[in-house]
Amino acid sequence: MSVPKQADPPPEEEPELTRWRGTATDPEADRSRAEDTSPEAVARLRRLSRSLLGDLLRGHWRRLAAAVALLLAQNAAAMAGPYLVMIGIDRAIPPLRAGDPGLLITVAGAFAVASVTEYAARRGFLTLSARIGQAVLLDLRRQVFGHFLRLSVGFHERYTSGRMVSRLTSDLDSIAELVDGGIDSLVLAGLSILSVAAILLWLDPPLAAVTLFAFPFLFSLSRWFARSSASAYRRTRDAVALVIVHFVESMRGIRAVQAFRREPRNQRIFVALGDDYRRTSLHAFRLIATYSPAIKLIGNVTVAVVLCYGGWRVLGGQTEIGVLAAFLLYLRRFFEPMQELSQFYNSLQSATAALEKLAGVLDERPAVAEPTRPAQLPTGPDRGELVFRAVSFGYRADTPILCRLELTVPAGQTVALIGPTGAGKSTIAKLVARFHDPDTGTVQLDGVDLRDVRDADLRRAVVLVTQENHLFSGTVAENIRFGRPGADDAAVQAAARAIGAHDFIAALPDGYATQVHRRGGRLSAGQRQLVAFARAFLADPTVLILDEATSSLDVPTERLVQRALGTILRDRTALVIAHRLSTVETADRVLVLDGGAVVEDGPPAVLAQADGRYAALHRQWRESLI
Amino acid sequence: MPVESDGDPAAAGTRPAHNLWRLRPYLRPYAAEFAWLLVAGLAGTAAGIAVPLIVQRVVDGPVARHEPAGLLQLGGLALLLGVAEAVLIFIRRWVQSSSAVGMEAALRADVYAHLQRLPTSFHDRWQSGQLLSRITSDLSVIRRFLSFGVFFLVLNLTTYVVVVVLLINLHPALGVLVAASAVPLLLISRRFGRHYHAASRRMQDQQGDVATLVEETAQGLRTMKAYGRGPELAARFAGAARRLHDTGVDKGRLLANTSALLDLVPNVTLGVVLAAGATAAAQGALTIGELVAFVSLQLMLIWPVQSLGWIIANGQEAATAADRIQEVLDTPPEIVDAPGAVDLPRDAVHGRLRFEGVAFSYPGATTAVLREIDLSIEPGETLALVGATGCGKSTLLSLVPRLHEVTAGRITLDGHDLRELRLSSLRRLVGVAFEEPTLFSMSVRENLTLGRPDADDDEVRAALALAQADFAYDLPWGLATRVGEQGLSLSGGQRQRLALARAVLGRPAVLVLDDPLSALDVHTEALVEAALRRVLRDSTALLVVHRPSTIALADRVALLEDGRITATGRHSDLLATVPAYRALLAAEPPAAHPPPAGAGGPSTSPSDGRGLVRS
Ligand SMILES: Nc1ncnc2c1ncn2[C@@H]1O[C@H](COP(=O)(O)OP(=O)(O)OP(=O)(O)O)[C@@H](O)[C@H]1O
Ligand SMILES: Nc1ncnc2c1ncn2[C@@H]1O[C@H](COP(=O)(O)OP(=O)(O)OP(=O)(O)O)[C@@H](O)[C@H]1O
Ligand SMILES: [Mg+2]
Ligand SMILES: [Mg+2]
Repeated sequence: MSVPKQADPPPEEEPELTRWRGTATDPEADRSRAEDTSPEAVARLRRLSRSLLGDLLRGHWRRLAAAVALLLAQNAAAMAGPYLVMIGIDRAIPPLRAGDPGLLITVAGAFAVASVTEYAARRGFLTLSARIGQAVLLDLRRQVFGHFLRLSVGFHERYTSGRMVSRLTSDLDSIAELVDGGIDSLVLAGLSILSVAAILLWLDPPLAAVTLFAFPFLFSLSRWFARSSASAYRRTRDAVALVIVHFVESMRGIRAVQAFRREPRNQRIFVALGDDYRRTSLHAFRLIATYSPAIKLIGNVTVAVVLCYGGWRVLGGQTEIGVLAAFLLYLRRFFEPMQELSQFYNSLQSATAALEKLAGVLDERPAVAEPTRPAQLPTGPDRGELVFRAVSFGYRADTPILCRLELTVPAGQTVALIGPTGAGKSTIAKLVARFHDPDTGTVQLDGVDLRDVRDADLRRAVVLVTQENHLFSGTVAENIRFGRPGADDAAVQAAARAIGAHDFIAALPDGYATQVHRRGGRLSAGQRQLVAFARAFLADPTVLILDEATSSLDVPTERLVQRALGTILRDRTALVIAHRLSTVETADRVLVLDGGAVVEDGPPAVLAQADGRYAALHRQWRESLI
Repeated sequence: MPVESDGDPAAAGTRPAHNLWRLRPYLRPYAAEFAWLLVAGLAGTAAGIAVPLIVQRVVDGPVARHEPAGLLQLGGLALLLGVAEAVLIFIRRWVQSSSAVGMEAALRADVYAHLQRLPTSFHDRWQSGQLLSRITSDLSVIRRFLSFGVFFLVLNLTTYVVVVVLLINLHPALGVLVAASAVPLLLISRRFGRHYHAASRRMQDQQGDVATLVEETAQGLRTMKAYGRGPELAARFAGAARRLHDTGVDKGRLLANTSALLDLVPNVTLGVVLAAGATAAAQGALTIGELVAFVSLQLMLIWPVQSLGWIIANGQEAATAADRIQEVLDTPPEIVDAPGAVDLPRDAVHGRLRFEGVAFSYPGATTAVLREIDLSIEPGETLALVGATGCGKSTLLSLVPRLHEVTAGRITLDGHDLRELRLSSLRRLVGVAFEEPTLFSMSVRENLTLGRPDADDDEVRAALALAQADFAYDLPWGLATRVGEQGLSLSGGQRQRLALARAVLGRPAVLVLDDPLSALDVHTEALVEAALRRVLRDSTALLVVHRPSTIALADRVALLEDGRITATGRHSDLLATVPAYRALLAAEPPAAHPPPAGAGGPSTSPSDGRGLVRS
């Protein structure tokens, strides 16, 4: 057969619609393993996705066996139909003519039994297969989500949240599509084809042999389809991910989009991405639009040939009319499922492409991994000593941010980190919170390398309030409780009181039960910071890192928080990053950071007297005060 | 689901496919194709139906009469019809796929356009995952229905009717019997449709919930990591996924019961036909060939009936998906161009910004955030807005580019009510920097020129220089460097400076800056201030500040308390005369005055910071 021209060729991309994205600083940004398209990688992902499917199904083998048994029953019952019709026509009519309805009644009875069996078995099978399918989906969802959570911050920065969303929604949708409508048609169609083939052979071997001529055609057609649709669906997955990434991002930043009249350009980009997705889907759909009728064609030609050849054999007296009739009936039952099978094959290809993506994600190894042999953090009083030993770190290989940094923070000390923007303050904070591991050197907590500390232990000991504090949608209380999930309402309120957030929370329409909306949008920036602060307070860690945690507060509120900090930080190690020197003055020690190196180190009062940067900053700040 | 759902399920219940029907304009461009497709589909089916009839001819005619010539002729005819059927199916599917995906893409683009028009208050209320699931899952359900469901519905009904008519023709009594089997089919499908409707809506909403959870987790990933709350979030996700699972199982069970039942009906009919037909044949009322044809024709009914359950399910899903999409499309954008809105060219603008009796309350809130705001900012003047945390400063600022609409009073620019200006014109005149530097994962340049793709290199350079953001040129790819999602591959101060550069790019007539220097160190702050001062000379500016150091930028200060402007004047005057103002900004809290009572601010509790901030 000739393969028709595939979907329209991709038009010349408007350069302006591709350049906006810019060049990623990390050459790996678009090439995480899940996205790699080299032939070896594709083969590897195929393999991985197959073994993933195997793993997913392994837990269900009992149910699967039961489902197959039910299917067999249904299939047998369904097959009995035409056979009974043949008996009815060939054998029951002559005795009936003679006035003996016995055989006909038997046949009718058998037919009734077959129908009821088919009903019960089909119902049972469909229910069971829905259960299996949904269980597999649930399992897959949880696995992938769990794995995403384990992957490092660095991975997520490259991968982007939009793609993560796309994996867990759109890709899973296309697997669900297979689960919803596919499995039964596969097994049933497969079974019915096999059993019909057997019956055909048994009915009339020469006629059946003619039918077998169709097979090479079916086979090579399917191979063509398998190969072309696999890559087509892979492209579809990539295209839809881009649509989702753009959608998610522009909805998230809708304020900026509207304030800066970004809408028309966003629309053009979205339409271009959507069009790309349309084109890739169209290509995939046209493959099946070719494949499925081609199968039909082969079936129809076979029927016509069998009709002639069979008729000729009946003429020659080699076979009976009833046999020919039954043969033709069965032949329809042989090719009809082939159509379903081709549909199933299509869904399978689409689901496999999605599964490959998921397998690729599951294949990612967390860059910041759980230790294989975890070390225990020492317990007891005076904990929280932080040591940086010759730490070098850069987000990219060619631009080091920290270079052989040496730093010791004794337990219980409050250290203020200051320095120009981009100096690497937050980077130090992120290393202590183990968002990243240093390239060389070690960060130690109480003498233990952070790489050897179990995540759960580390998080109990160290809490970082990030510069971009995030609230989850839910109530205020839920957000504070994020710091310590077991905490009761009294503890939540106490935490809020301690940092002076109670009054504003109590004044909200539903108090602590007020929904903060997406990303805390219901609260003002300062209120969000207070809630994030209360959350950290509730977590009660040994080491607290505050990255500009008070930058959006008004002066009196900040002062209140400071006072609270005085108590909170008394017996813990704290790393406070701040630009407002009011915060810094209360610290035990100030580190002035520039270009990733500590350039001044000492108690604030001492540094202020000296003739260094801090003194200059301090003077500048004093002058700005009223 | 939106927090406040505005969909009316009762209305949807009475007219289940109403919203689906409303989508028909999207099919209009493909009307010709659809006509073709129906013709091809029907012709293909007819060709398919003809084959058993030929079988009957062959069996009854040439075979019975031993005529090899007739056999070949009829066989040739069967071959021809078979080829025709396949070709017609090919045409149909080919056409169908392009119209279905075309329709999907058009609808998606329209939903996106509408979402971009909807105000921020809408986006605050709706969870992003719900919106996302609408433009992905729901749209593909509709696409599947339009590309297969609708078509098979029509086709199968036609097949059913045609076959039944043929059957009646072949043998009236038996034919009527088969026709009567439609009654139970109808009853079963109606009941099924009702139940499935509810389940499919539930499922789609839950899919939205799952998408929301994923998106929120992705966004809050750092916070999640910082607190080690992976297990809790995983459990939360598992809960949502479990609910989805349960609904899926429910739907599966419904479908299983129904499709098994639907399958039973034609089988029972077939059995009855067989018994009756055999009897008739025995009595000579029917030839055996006719019986064979009758039965094989009747077998053609099995597939249309069997697929009925699936088609109904598909249709219900499409109907609920259409409901969900229309919920979005039916939400009117509240902030739009008024009829007769005018364009104000930049050159014609002096920049006098006046608030006249402005009040504002958030939708659904009972108390107003802002009340009776009267404020006037002269051209070229810089007004600093000062107030306690949560008193409404950012809210006030968001009224200027009309991100929110005043609930009472009016804001004028050079005497024009903002609502009389074209939105695009207004927003071109107003440059905004939010508290959070909203950056996107695109090139630095694109982030800067968000709404002005035509900005030239010099303008960009000037804006970057002003914001002290020249670091952008040192990024690995310069201005073509992608800044990463939410700009997270930059430091906090770098993000804020880019956002500032974006606001001042192109010298807007009015600048609205919300705490624009909060993430900068003292030194950089001074540099930016010096540069800003030059720009602020020829722009009208409204800026929110917390730090006394930044107030130096302003010509005048307004104190916002309790949603009202309680004082305006020069910084030094206010310090001297307004205790509340002094309390808000003084490094040393005044011992005599209690701190100001901001709108729900935390400052109502007594505070003496003595000993903390030493002088
Ligand atoms: N995720 C990232 N990927 C790549 N580069 C990054 C990333 N985060 C930060 N950088 C770069 O590392 C440098 C140090 O950033 P860091 O966030 O530590 O600065 P900072 O001292 O906290 O500054 P600020 O006061 O502005 O918050 C900056 O040049 C920044 O651009
Ligand atoms: N979408 C919303 N719906 C209802 N109330 C809101 C919404 N957004 C903010 N608020 C409330 O309105 C008040 C004013 O918020 P706004 O963000 O304007 O404060 P702000 O003065 O900018 O404070 P900050 O200094 O902390 O930024 C706050 O009490 C806040 O809780
Ligand atoms: Mg930082
Ligand atoms: Mg604010």
